Amino acid sequence: MLNKNIYLILIISFVFAISFWIGFNVNLLPAEASINAPIYDELFKILFIIGLIIFIGMTIAVIYSLFKFRKRNDQIGDGIALEGNLSLEIVWTIIPSIIVLLIGLYSYNIYDRMGGMKELNHSHEMMSSNSEKIWAGISQTSDNEIAINNLSIEVSAMQFAFLFNYPKGNFISGELHVPVDQKVSMKMESKDVIHAFWVPEFRIKQDIIPGQPTILNFTPTKVGKYPIICAELCGPYHGGMRASIIVEEESDYNEWFNKNKKPEVNL
Amino acid sequence: MTISIDPQKTNNESLQPKGWLRYFSFSLDHKVIGIQYLVCGFLFYLIGGSLASAIRIELASPMSDFMPRDVYNQVLTLHGTIMIFLWIVPVVNGAFGNYLIPFYVGARDMAFPRLNAVAFWLIPPSGLMLVASYFVEGAAQAGWTAYPPLSITTPQSGQIIWILSVLLLGGSSIFGGINFIATIIKLRRPGLKLMQLPMYCWAMLGTSLLVVLSTPVLAGTLILLSFDIIANTGFFNPVLGGNVVVYQHLFWFYSHPAVYIMVLPAFGLVSEILPVHARKPLFGYTTMVFSIMGIVVLGLVVWAHHMFTSGTPPWMRLFFTIATAFIAVPTGIKFFNWVATLWGGKISINSAMLFSCGFIINFVFGGITGVALAQVPFDIHVHDTYFVVAHFHYIVYGGTVFIIFSSIYHWFPKVTGKMLNEKLGILHFIITFIGFNLCFAPQHWLGLNGMPRRVAEYDPQFQFVNQISSLGALLMAISTIPFLINVFLSVRNGKDSGDNPWNALTPEWLTSSPPPVENWEGEAPLVEEPYGYGKEISERK
Repeated sequence: MLNKNIYLILIISFVFAISFWIGFNVNLLPAEASINAPIYDELFKILFIIGLIIFIGMTIAVIYSLFKFRKRNDQIGDGIALEGNLSLEIVWTIIPSIIVLLIGLYSYNIYDRMGGMKELNHSHEMMSSNSEKIWAGISQTSDNEIAINNLSIEVSAMQFAFLFNYPKGNFISGELHVPVDQKVSMKMESKDVIHAFWVPEFRIKQDIIPGQPTILNFTPTKVGKYPIICAELCGPYHGGMRASIIVEEESDYNEWFNKNKKPEVNL
Repeated sequence: MTISIDPQKTNNESLQPKGWLRYFSFSLDHKVIGIQYLVCGFLFYLIGGSLASAIRIELASPMSDFMPRDVYNQVLTLHGTIMIFLWIVPVVNGAFGNYLIPFYVGARDMAFPRLNAVAFWLIPPSGLMLVASYFVEGAAQAGWTAYPPLSITTPQSGQIIWILSVLLLGGSSIFGGINFIATIIKLRRPGLKLMQLPMYCWAMLGTSLLVVLSTPVLAGTLILLSFDIIANTGFFNPVLGGNVVVYQHLFWFYSHPAVYIMVLPAFGLVSEILPVHARKPLFGYTTMVFSIMGIVVLGLVVWAHHMFTSGTPPWMRLFFTIATAFIAVPTGIKFFNWVATLWGGKISINSAMLFSCGFIINFVFGGITGVALAQVPFDIHVHDTYFVVAHFHYIVYGGTVFIIFSSIYHWFPKVTGKMLNEKLGILHFIITFIGFNLCFAPQHWLGLNGMPRRVAEYDPQFQFVNQISSLGALLMAISTIPFLINVFLSVRNGKDSGDNPWNALTPEWLTSSPPPVENWEGEAPLVEEPYGYGKEISERK
C-alpha cells in the first residue's frame, strides 16, 4: 500500500513538473506590443499550466487503465462490481468547482486590469453625434475621455478595407499610425457588413458593426509594424482584408501627422 | 400500461417491403429508420468531408489559388451546415436514438412511428436541396452562422435555399425530439423505473428537451431573416434600422445548445460502450444522470459567450463567462466517472474501446480549451480564429465522431449479426487518431498567432503549419477507406457474431441479432441492472 502511494505521488509530481516546465518554456504567443499583451499572456500561462496538468493527468489515467486492466488471454469473467463511490464523486465535483471559480475570479481581475469592466458613460456628447448608443470593446474609457483625447481615431470598415480618419488632422489614412506608449481611442463603424478589428500582437479584438458604433482603446508599447486583421467573415475577399498599424516614436509620429495634416476648412 | 401488439400496425408492417428494399421505403420500423438515418448521415459525411478536403487543399498554400474566393465561402458554409445538420445531429440522435431507445425502454417501436418516418424522410430532400443550391446561383456563402447583413447582401437564392433546408432539418429534429421524450416517458415497460434506464436514455431525454426548447427559436430567427432577404423587412438589416446583434443572440440561443445536442447523445453512447468492454458497472450512475441534467440547464444560459467581441455590455460578458466555465463541472464529473469505470476492469482492447478512449482524450483537450475560451479576456484575442476552429473540432470530431465510430463497431453485430474485422478497425482508429490530432492540434497555434478563421488566403509565415494540418486532413480522408472496406466485407462475409457477442447486459442484446420486427419474440425482458457486471447471476436483480 505504501509503495502504491509513493508511485502515485511520484506520478502526480511528474505531471505537475512537466506541466510547469512546458508552461514556462513553450511560448505559443506572438510578440507583446501593447499594455494588454503582458496581462493577457499572464492569464494564458496560468490557463495553459492548469490545462496541461488536467490533460496529461487524464491521458495518463486512460492509458494506464487500458494497459494495467487489459484483459489477459487466460482471464474470464468480469471486473469488480464497483458501482460508485460517493466521497470520490464529491471530491471531483468540489475540486473542479473551486478551480473553475478561481479561474473565473482571476480572469475577472485580468479583464478589469485590461480596463474591460469600466461602464461607459452615455450622458456625454460623443465625437460626432449625441444620441447614438455606443458599445464598448475591451479597454474602454468614458465618452468624455474619448472626446478630449488627442489620439481619437475614427475607423470605418468596408468590404474589404479599413480607413482611419484622424479628425484632429482632418485627413484619412489607409495605414494606422500611432505613437508608442500613448493611449489611443478609436470609434469604429462599418459601412456594410460586420467586420472585426484584430491586432494579434496587441491581444485585442472588437467587432465593427453596421449601425452600431463600437469603441476600442489600446496603448501600444513597442515600436514596429503589426497587421490589422479582419476577423469576421465579410465576403469573398475576407482573407485579404488587412491593414497595418505602425507604432512609432512620438517624433516620427508627429512628423507623419504634420505631413498629412490638412487645414480645417470651416475655421 | 401494457405493451400489446396493435393488430393494425402488424398488418401495416406485413405490407412493408422485405430485405434491403425496406431501407428505401417509408418504413415504420424504428430499427429500419435508425439505419436509414445512419447511412444517409454517412453519405452526407462523405460529402462534408470532401468539402473539408477542398478547404485543406486551398489552405496548403497562402494564396487563394485552388478555387474562386466566393466558391471557397460556399464550401465552408456547406461544410459546416452539412456536418452539423446532416451528419452529427441526425446520426447521434436519429440513428442511434431510433435504434436503441425502444429496446432500452422495452417497447416494440417508438411512440409515434409515422412521425418518426416523416422526421427521417425530411432529411434526404433538404440535404439534396442544400447541395443542389450550388448549381442555382451558388450556395449560401455567409458561413453556417449566416450572420446578417452578410447573409442579406450575398446572392439571395443560395441563402434562401439554405434557410429552407435548415428549417426542414430543424423540423425533423423537433419531430424526433418529441418522439424520444414521449417514448422514454410513456412507453417504458411495466416495472421499469426511470433510474434503471440505460444512460443513453437519460442523454436522449436531456438532448430532446434542448431540441424542443431551442430549435423553434432558430426556426423563428431564420424565418425573420428570410423576410429580410426576400421582402425587404428590417428585422436585422441595419440599413432599415434593424439590429444585427439581436440576430446573433437569437441564433446562438439555439446554436450553443446545438453543441450539447451533438455531444450529450455521444456521452450517452460512450456510457453504454465502456461498461460492456471493461466488464464493470458504469461508475456513479446517479451523478451521471444529474450531470446530464445540469449540462442541459446550464447549456441554455451560456449562448452569449459566442459574442464577446460583438459589443456586449461588461456585466453580460461576466455572467456568461461564469455560466460557461461551470459547464466544465458536470462535464468533468462524467469524464472522471468514465475513467473510474475503466479502473479495475477487464478491458478488451478492441476498436470500440479504442475509439471511446480516443474520445475521452480528445474531448478532455477540447474541454480545456473550452474553459479557456469562456474567459472573456482570453476569448477576445482568439475569437473567430483558428483556435476556435481547433477547439470545436476537438469537441465535435474528436468527441462525437469518434463515438459514432465506436458505436458502429459496438452495435454492428446487433444490426447485422456479423462481426466487423478487428484488424481493419484498429487500423482505422490509428489513422483517424493520428490524422485528427495532426490536423487540428497545430490550428491552436495558428489562431493564437494571427490566423483568422474562414479565410482563403493567409500570411505566408503560417504556410508550414497549415501544410501539417492539411497532411492530417489527408490522413483523416484516408482513414475512411479501411472503414468502408471493413463494413462492405463484413456485411457480406463477416464472422457470425451470435446474439450477444460482447456478453452485454443492456436489453438490446437480450434478443436475437439481428432482432425480429417486434424486437422480442415474447415479452420484453425487465432489465433492472443494465450495468450489473461483476455480480453473480443470482445477485443480479
